[in-house]
Amino acid sequence: MKETSSTFLESFWEALVQAFRLIVTGDPEVASITLRSLQVSGLATLLACLWSLPLAMLLGLRSFKGRGFIKGFFNALIGVPTVALGLILYMLLSRSGPLGVFGLLYTPLGISIGQAALITPIMVTFGASALESVDPELRDLARTLGASELQTSMAILREASFNVLLAVVAAFNRAFAELGIAMMVGGNIRYVTRVLTTSIALETARGEIALTLALAIILVGIVYGISLALNLLRKAQ
Amino acid sequence: MTSPFLQTKGLVMRYGPVTALADVNLAIDKGETLALVGPSGSGKTTLLRILAGLQSPTSGEVLVQGRREDAAGLRRIASMVFQKTAVFNTSVYENVAFGPRIRAASKTEAQREATRALRKVGLEGFEKRRARKLSGGEQQRVSLARALAVRPALLLLDEPTANLDPANASIIERIVSEIGEEGNTVILATHRMDQAERLADRVAILNEGRLVQVGEAKELFRRPSGFLASFGQLRNVFQGSATLSEKGLTVITLEGGVRIEAATNRTGDVSVFVRPEDVIVSKSPIVSSARNMLKGRIVKVEERDGLVWLAVDVGQELAAVVTRQSFAEMGLNLGLEVYLAFKASSVEVI
Repeated sequence: MKETSSTFLESFWEALVQAFRLIVTGDPEVASITLRSLQVSGLATLLACLWSLPLAMLLGLRSFKGRGFIKGFFNALIGVPTVALGLILYMLLSRSGPLGVFGLLYTPLGISIGQAALITPIMVTFGASALESVDPELRDLARTLGASELQTSMAILREASFNVLLAVVAAFNRAFAELGIAMMVGGNIRYVTRVLTTSIALETARGEIALTLALAIILVGIVYGISLALNLLRKAQ
Repeated sequence: MTSPFLQTKGLVMRYGPVTALADVNLAIDKGETLALVGPSGSGKTTLLRILAGLQSPTSGEVLVQGRREDAAGLRRIASMVFQKTAVFNTSVYENVAFGPRIRAASKTEAQREATRALRKVGLEGFEKRRARKLSGGEQQRVSLARALAVRPALLLLDEPTANLDPANASIIERIVSEIGEEGNTVILATHRMDQAERLADRVAILNEGRLVQVGEAKELFRRPSGFLASFGQLRNVFQGSATLSEKGLTVITLEGGVRIEAATNRTGDVSVFVRPEDVIVSKSPIVSSARNMLKGRIVKVEERDGLVWLAVDVGQELAAVVTRQSFAEMGLNLGLEVYLAFKASSVEVI
């Protein structure tokens, strides 16, 4: 019993040392996986911003019939299991599926689109509530200083900018750390669609503990680093 | 006949079953400062918001120089300063320059207007400070400067000193008074009659959405209507005659023979006002710097908003307000003999 645990510790330690060596020496495989992960999820976040932020502004700043229903709809989708969404996307994008002609299955762009769909509910819901939480008096304030409807909305958006940024970052983190879509839509093809989470899942199964440990450290490090940067930004404000 | 600068005709505002304004007809001339006085919920804010073009009335109309204006038109003419200080979460300069920029002024013109407005409220040098980091009084001055920077033809002030300490309140009052003297048209909502008298040319009294009385403050005080006398904030308004004492203080003999000291140099017939909040109640005479100490009997006790309002007969019925705790701990009650103390400087002479 004692021997087993010391063996485990030894091999864990060995793997950890090796993992750091991989990171510090800039191992090309580790670097390319990290870079791809950032690109794929970064693009997903940009894509999601295109439609999510206008939608968040509509829901957060205007009152209209059906607004509550739409908000509830997106709110409910926040926790959608990534494998379920991955399955749906797989069926849509596969060659025989309705979107098969675009050839997006097993491509980085396919993952980006899938992740964009995944994080849309987060961005819409958090973005709308960031705008709603702006003091309603500031709306009247902008209007009494001569602002048009659009200028008023922009002033409110500026006022909520930090919290909207938080919504965008939360969405990026979700995309960056998800596994289901990257696996099912991307297929974990080495040098093509292999990202941090898919590598970690598969290399662990293959016993490549040092590599996956390195990747996990990078994954956590990036997510943590972003939070840290945001906190510093909040303090600077 | 020339039409007044601003006129409301039959303004009615209903929120469901609640009538906030009922048939308000009001006229104000160019360059005039008008105070809207009334208790909370009397419709002051609603009236200002309609004049600011921030909401449309249920019925009735607003005329500017004889022409009917809708909300969008009024927003071009008027600018409002809100009771609850609201500032954009940016620098003082950005706050004040917001209006001139929106109104399509050039960058240099916006800068000139913002600088002028900041100087007006004594905040030059504060440009780069974050507005939210300023004190409440300074933030309210930013609000005032921001409204002034668009040079509104009509400036609407909703209780601009309500949330401020006396020192900051008097700074705001001085600025408002200067704005008025420069020929601007100002409508000021306040629940303080003394403030209305100091700042306004005319006073309009609003109660439960109706215009009760309009006229010069002195006139309204000299002949207080039933409403004016019963209006909680206007308790302790008395008529009297002031004479200068040899010690340099003014002694005012009120109707009913009560003599009080006041820090003023006015003599002759005056109206005086003592804020019930400024009156200290004690069961035995106290030694303090307060120049006035009057002995009397509690003739009325009324609990309202967590405070206990006392009417004490000192030869005149004088109102004082104490907390429920003080009331209980001191064992105050109807018929009890008490002493009322207040400073000469707490006596507002109108």
